[in-house]
Amino acid sequence: MSALAWTYKVSNKRYRGWVLPILGVAVWWLAANQGWSTSGLLVSPHKVAETAWSQVASGQFWRAISASLARNLSGFFIGTGLGLILGCLLGFSRLFERLVGPSFNTFKQISLFAWIPLISVWFGLGDVAKVVFLSLAALVPVVVNTCDGIRNVPGNLLEVARVYRFTRWQTVIGVMLPAALPSIFTGIYLGLVYSWLATIGAEYLLVSGDGIGNTLIDGSEHFMMDLVLFGMVVIGLVGWALNTLARKVERRIQRLYGITPR
Amino acid sequence: MSNALNHSTGYVPHKNGLRLENISKRFVSTAGDDTQLQVLDNVQLDIEPGEFITIVGASGCGKSTLLRLILGLDEDYDGRILLGETPIHGTGLERGIVFQDHRLFPWLTVEQNVAVGLKNAPLSGAQKREAVTEHIKLVGLQDFVASYPHQISGGMAQRVAIARGLVNRPSVLLLDEPFGALDALTRTRLQRELQHIWQHEKITMVHVTHDVDEAVYLGDRVVVMQPNPGRIRRIVDIDLPRPRNRSDARFIALRDDVLSDFAELS
Repeated sequence: MSALAWTYKVSNKRYRGWVLPILGVAVWWLAANQGWSTSGLLVSPHKVAETAWSQVASGQFWRAISASLARNLSGFFIGTGLGLILGCLLGFSRLFERLVGPSFNTFKQISLFAWIPLISVWFGLGDVAKVVFLSLAALVPVVVNTCDGIRNVPGNLLEVARVYRFTRWQTVIGVMLPAALPSIFTGIYLGLVYSWLATIGAEYLLVSGDGIGNTLIDGSEHFMMDLVLFGMVVIGLVGWALNTLARKVERRIQRLYGITPR
Repeated sequence: MSNALNHSTGYVPHKNGLRLENISKRFVSTAGDDTQLQVLDNVQLDIEPGEFITIVGASGCGKSTLLRLILGLDEDYDGRILLGETPIHGTGLERGIVFQDHRLFPWLTVEQNVAVGLKNAPLSGAQKREAVTEHIKLVGLQDFVASYPHQISGGMAQRVAIARGLVNRPSVLLLDEPFGALDALTRTRLQRELQHIWQHEKITMVHVTHDVDEAVYLGDRVVVMQPNPGRIRRIVDIDLPRPRNRSDARFIALRDDVLSDFAELS
């Protein structure tokens, strides 16, 4: 491609985002090739690609990623399910909110990772402990956003329900839940993000078994930076994929409600 | 837009007069001092079936509060409100409303929003669908049945709200400054449309506004209210044929007459 055509392509917005990564990889390759550093920790992009290939081909990658994802999704669904129930109870029932609300508000202040010692004592270091941890990660944002969404249903819409003699059930299903849906979805989206972050954390702190985080730890313990970088790329890609999926659903909901995205 | 309608749903509207007897309401200040605000003081009004009453007054005269009492959203008052022979208790499908903010459900289409008015009506599914279609046509939005509230203009949304308010054929339709949030051009057009709708539906309408021009244009009688305490100052008969002409000498005279009440108060 001629220089002019290449410059034109670069100036096309969609490709702009690629400039920095490509330059970065180019510099990295040069650094490794030209031996700018003698540290054994500087591996060439070539080596990372080779490791990636061997991981995938040997099936290790699939084992690791499926283990991580299985735990992630289990934790996410359990946490979200319980979170929705708890959030709805807190949102709909004044009594429940008064009884349980203060305790929950205190509980949610405890930093997620502070639970690890307790969890490892009660559940060990295996998959169960990890899933418990992940459920916890997803639970908190779901409860908070669900409860807020329900409490903040616009009063003027509730008056419309009264004017048309909606029963309590009709009001809940026909007005309150639809009105709360954008907020509930935000909670679920956050739950998805937090539970993926927590997945890697869980593999670091409850070290046992398979997982992409474990791959990273293996790599770092044996100073195999190629494995470390490979692990990081995979983690980033999965996070990006989950995020994109959630964002697509969010946009659909926003379009339905006429909320224009920023 | 004024199509001939066949009332083919078989649902008979309930034609009774609205009577307000000695309506008083007080707000007690929660600030610890004993200040009380007499929001409404001994309001008496008799509204004939099929009449178009406009209530006009400055802010704070209690006109919107009065509507909420008639609607049944607020039951804390002295006095009685009767629809026909029966005193009202709470909300009821025989009293409809159009609010100033359209209050359509953002997650429902125009058609589904109008259908909300029939959610608890004693009609079959087919009858409901027919009534919904009829009323959407009445407000001229048949091309927008599948649109969402955020996709239509403010004026159109308010027309949907009017359709929703009328779809279950209430005995009386209350309108709380329905055009207040719209631009002047849309307002004028909707005033005319409302008049057409009223002439077709023959439903009693109680229309609250702060716009004297609108009150004189629309009403058979104009109820002028004053604040502190909220009471009826006087009722002006508008004995003009419809459609009314704002440039007509008699119209202008009547409007100025009503306006003079407000000049005194300022």
